[in-house]
Amino acid sequence: MSASAQATPRIDRLGTLLTAIGLAAVVLLPFVVFKSNRIMPGEAHSLFQALPFAGAAGFAALLAIVGAIAITVRDARVRLLVALLGLVAVAVAIATAADLLTPAGNRIVRVSPGAGFWALLLAVGLLSTDAIARLRLGPGMRVLGLAAFGIAAATVFHAGLFDHLSIMREYVGNASRFAREARQHVLLALGSLTAAVVVALPIGVLCHRVPRIRAAVLQTLNLIQTIPSIALFGILMVPLGALATAVPLAAEFGIAGIGAAPAVIALFLYSLLPVVANTVVGLGRIPAATVEAARGMGLTPGQVLTQVELPLALPVILTGIRIVLVQNIGLVTIAALIGGGGFGTFVFQGMGQTAIDLVLLGAIPTVALAFSSAVVLDALIDVMKRTQQ
Amino acid sequence: MIEIESLSKQYGTSTVVDDVSMRIEGGSITVIVGTSGSGKSTLLRMINRLVEPTGGRVLIDGKDTAREAPHLLRRRIGYAIQGHGLFPHRTVAENIGTVPKLLGWQASRVAARVDELLGIFQLDPAVFAGKFPHQLSGGQQQRVGVARALAAEPALLLMDEPFGALDPIIRSKAQDDLLDIQRRFGTTVVLVTHDMDEAFRLGNRVAVMSAGNLLQYDVPAALLTRPADPFVARLTGTGDRAMKLLSLTTAGEVALPGAGEGPSVAASASLRDVLSTLVWSGAEAATVLKADGTPGGRLTLRDILAHGRQA
Repeated sequence: MSASAQATPRIDRLGTLLTAIGLAAVVLLPFVVFKSNRIMPGEAHSLFQALPFAGAAGFAALLAIVGAIAITVRDARVRLLVALLGLVAVAVAIATAADLLTPAGNRIVRVSPGAGFWALLLAVGLLSTDAIARLRLGPGMRVLGLAAFGIAAATVFHAGLFDHLSIMREYVGNASRFAREARQHVLLALGSLTAAVVVALPIGVLCHRVPRIRAAVLQTLNLIQTIPSIALFGILMVPLGALATAVPLAAEFGIAGIGAAPAVIALFLYSLLPVVANTVVGLGRIPAATVEAARGMGLTPGQVLTQVELPLALPVILTGIRIVLVQNIGLVTIAALIGGGGFGTFVFQGMGQTAIDLVLLGAIPTVALAFSSAVVLDALIDVMKRTQQ
Repeated sequence: MIEIESLSKQYGTSTVVDDVSMRIEGGSITVIVGTSGSGKSTLLRMINRLVEPTGGRVLIDGKDTAREAPHLLRRRIGYAIQGHGLFPHRTVAENIGTVPKLLGWQASRVAARVDELLGIFQLDPAVFAGKFPHQLSGGQQQRVGVARALAAEPALLLMDEPFGALDPIIRSKAQDDLLDIQRRFGTTVVLVTHDMDEAFRLGNRVAVMSAGNLLQYDVPAALLTRPADPFVARLTGTGDRAMKLLSLTTAGEVALPGAGEGPSVAASASLRDVLSTLVWSGAEAATVLKADGTPGGRLTLRDILAHGRQA
């Protein structure tokens, strides 16, 4: 009985759902949107309108095979292989569609990815990440995979495969600013994180040592987290503006009511709670016998903290840092609203001009950055946990 | 030698250790035994100042421990606890090398000492030095814990219920190991336990504590034959005290010269074990073998029974 049950291919639920999404994307949604110029409303092209019949049919057939395998095959390696194949196919299809729809030498028309493209990208993307998760890759392999993917993507972009796509058009128009805003984005996210870790670690240790202040500190930090980011920027503008006016030296260091200073301070404040809370939890989880033995052997209080307690709490603290980093990379986008810079500049500029491609030029790198840092930090946490259990 | 003079510890209004004085001879094993809450652990932890006394003082070889920085004092004193307290993020070798490293030993000397100790505790250095504590069995973890406590060759070793988490067979082996090592290095051992059998098996002298007071501090046989307090008698148990008394003496100590008859027993066997052998085999006398396996004397049932009688 059980043998025959095993022989019947089991239906994979996620694969079925993703295939349904892909099917709906191909049949119902526009694959690309063609605009005669940057801000004109576009006309939708389905897959078969965007590509010549043979190409569209071949692409659709390939997607059908990917879908069939996603539904029936359980081997994670096979699933990853076809998911990556699907990913490449979707990328080639959109690039080809953009090339074909753009008249030679024309720099004014825009070919944007349509909802169907995004839905397909989501489907094959989720299929890939699900396959990677099922493979249970070690931390090193995950980071290596991410790096390989990043290099492959950079090579393809550099080779100009997507140059006729509207987002790349926006990129070409903003290339020098893009690099500057990227640097600013990373700087704001990492700078506020570093400052927060430097301050939050001692606070966390203090909260662990002195239980009386723990609740008060954590509740205060919790309260800060509930303030919406735009409101916090507003609150900070007034005192920082006053400070810049009253102390010329502060203004010389770039402190002002708007710009990077309030952005960094706001991000710093948001970053405190996860790091403090995780430090308290991490230190609290260390077995009492371990700390007792360390003291009993003659480690000084400082040595107990730095050689035993912090190393043992590090995986939990790093989990807090991971939360903060991903959260900050997202929040920096909003800092552009008060002149903080970063990828958010493109987002808000694009919103102002109703140029959705410019919005994407800000949004896509932000997501990629957050995703990559999550993968890298997760790998780091795994490595730490593996050695101590 | 350790002199504990009028040592007291109070937390608020409650007195955990009440004016305890005792002398611990160098090179001996002293066991502090009592029920939970008797203050036995607190007394032990005041010796290496993990707990600061509220009254009295502790002298080690004539020197007041309060005069030395606590962390420097503790580096001279071995400390092993229940649940071993090994550092989970460090290898076995790093764990054992903790105190030598704190004392600034050279890396080569630390490594040699680690290998030596692993060998003494029957843990192959090639296999175990690089392992992490979670990769060891409970008995191995405990042995590494004791090895770590002995790493810097301390003259004094404090042990707080070191075998409490072990199953009976491994526990018995760990107790034998401790006796071997103590004889080998001449270390002064102060061990806390709630297990009276463990106290009798290990202790040259046993201190009985209850409610913060030291009720009796004497050789094990005296606790059985002359309990100073009804609580001591209750703790040692009256039902099998004759057998306990027999277990304190080895065959070699009391064997009479002469040709042997009956079953053979080792000189290191306790009279309790010899009695059991005689009852089991139905014999009236046993031959006591010397360490080299040659007959070294004899013991009759009558001799053995005399040793179990109230003095």
